[in-house]
Amino acid sequence: MAALTPSYARALRLADYWATVYKRTWKGGVITSFVTPFFYVVAMGVLLGDYVTADPARLDGASSYLSFIAPGMVAAQAMTIAFSETTYPVMGMVKWQRIYHSMIASPLRVGEIVLAQIGFIVLRVAFSCAVFLAVLAPFGVFESVWGTLVALPVQMLLGLAFATPVFAFAAGLADESAFALVFRLGMIPLTLFSGTFFPIDNLGPVLEAVARVTPLWQGVHLTRMLVLGDVQWGWAAFHVAYLLALGAVGWFLTVRRLTRRLVT
Amino acid sequence: MIMARGLRKSFVRRARRGEASEFEAVRGIDVDVRRGEAFGFLGPNGAGKSSTMRMICCVSPVSAGELRIFGLDPATHGPQIRARIGVCPQEDTLDTELNVWENLFVYGRYFGLPRDVVKGRIEELLDFVQLSDKARAKVEDLSGGMKRRLTIARSLINRPEILILDEPTTGLDPQARHVIWDRLFRLKQQGVTLVLTTHYMDEAEQLADRLVVMDKGVIVAEGSPRELIEQYSTREVAEIRFGPGENEPTAPKVEDLADRVEVLPDRLLLYADDGERTLQDVLARGLRPETTLVRRATLEDVFLRLTGRTLVD
Repeated sequence: MAALTPSYARALRLADYWATVYKRTWKGGVITSFVTPFFYVVAMGVLLGDYVTADPARLDGASSYLSFIAPGMVAAQAMTIAFSETTYPVMGMVKWQRIYHSMIASPLRVGEIVLAQIGFIVLRVAFSCAVFLAVLAPFGVFESVWGTLVALPVQMLLGLAFATPVFAFAAGLADESAFALVFRLGMIPLTLFSGTFFPIDNLGPVLEAVARVTPLWQGVHLTRMLVLGDVQWGWAAFHVAYLLALGAVGWFLTVRRLTRRLVT
Repeated sequence: MIMARGLRKSFVRRARRGEASEFEAVRGIDVDVRRGEAFGFLGPNGAGKSSTMRMICCVSPVSAGELRIFGLDPATHGPQIRARIGVCPQEDTLDTELNVWENLFVYGRYFGLPRDVVKGRIEELLDFVQLSDKARAKVEDLSGGMKRRLTIARSLINRPEILILDEPTTGLDPQARHVIWDRLFRLKQQGVTLVLTTHYMDEAEQLADRLVVMDKGVIVAEGSPRELIEQYSTREVAEIRFGPGENEPTAPKVEDLADRVEVLPDRLLLYADDGERTLQDVLARGLRPETTLVRRATLEDVFLRLTGRTLVD
């Protein structure tokens, strides 16, 4: 009978685990996933943005600085959650509490454990970004209703694209010391220089080319086109393909590295 | 239930900059565990016990040889085998953020058991391991013995046919150990097949119907505790203890009085069928040990004989 159980069904058995964990942690998550970004929007978008006047043509078509950074902040938020869920929590499960070891002692397989955890992270991204989008809406920063609705699954895709490679990286680490660097030299520069706060052509041609290659810019640009209702379909298709590919490669590496770590 | 032939496990160790070297933890063992028995793997640290356990638990691929659990191959039927075994690992792998009840609940769900069934079993198991009043306690706040009992309860949530226990009482105080032995004994009476590793000889004598002694990756002896004692030891042992540094030089003076003399850092063990008589002989030679003790031989004596060294805990 067990032979007939498909992988996704076994992964679903972990839903109660993640629901239990979420019940214990959601309160803290509200602060990081909602209150902090809200402060940023008020400080950078509303208060600082008041001093910023620019030609909408230079702001990717946004009518104000606030509506320029709002979609960028949402995308950066999706990325931040993916990072935070796949660094210390993964180290905890692989090393400190050895939760993964208890999971693979049951009929669950590594691929199913990864599927469930990524599923949880993507849902968490969806929930946080939905709240964030809803909070931003009254500021009048979204030009397109359908575009804003489509932006939500885009955040899930962006979350996936970041969660799987970082998960793969974390799964093979001996200890957590590398995470400080991941945040300081990875996540923060991405947040600052991937078109979230200013158009990347301000960077100059070389750095602009670098910024265009980053996954966050892909997500920021796609989100911005959607919520501003000005979608260039070629770019959109490219961004989706890029993020899907990154997510898939990361997924493959995660399963491989976690298997090597656990099944020895 | 479990059948191994020529079972081997090797690991590739990569030095930071050098070439890879191979390390063989299990070097060709044959094992048969029958339904309903309690089977022990005994051996010093590094003997290959845990590597063998991990292969039986289907979380470590077999390097060579044959391994069958319930007649199934772990390489192709890992999930099916794991569904029918319970694992109590050496280190607790409990989720310390969750409470006792939640730990059992999520674990039961890993096996695909319906929620109502899991809830029913939790009641039963908490009662069995005497933790009913701790159901809502956080795991962090439990004592070592309670955590172990919780881990045992967790390993029983799928009503396993084989329960695998890796060092079940290591690090526990004597009272906690006796509680666990009592529970394991009850499980055995209920027909659960127990497979345990231990480096406590008293634990093996208490629990195991049959055992193998492993050393450096191979099996060096096999049988029931009584058979092993009969085969590898005398009936009794006279322990004599001289002052520091005097034990080893004294050994040659008593060598002919016993079947065999084992020199430990702090005492001499004289193996003989009549320990009192041997002790009298020692005293008759004018030797004056600081303390003496005559006792029946135990598995520990078998162990010393076979592995040629004292236990390293």
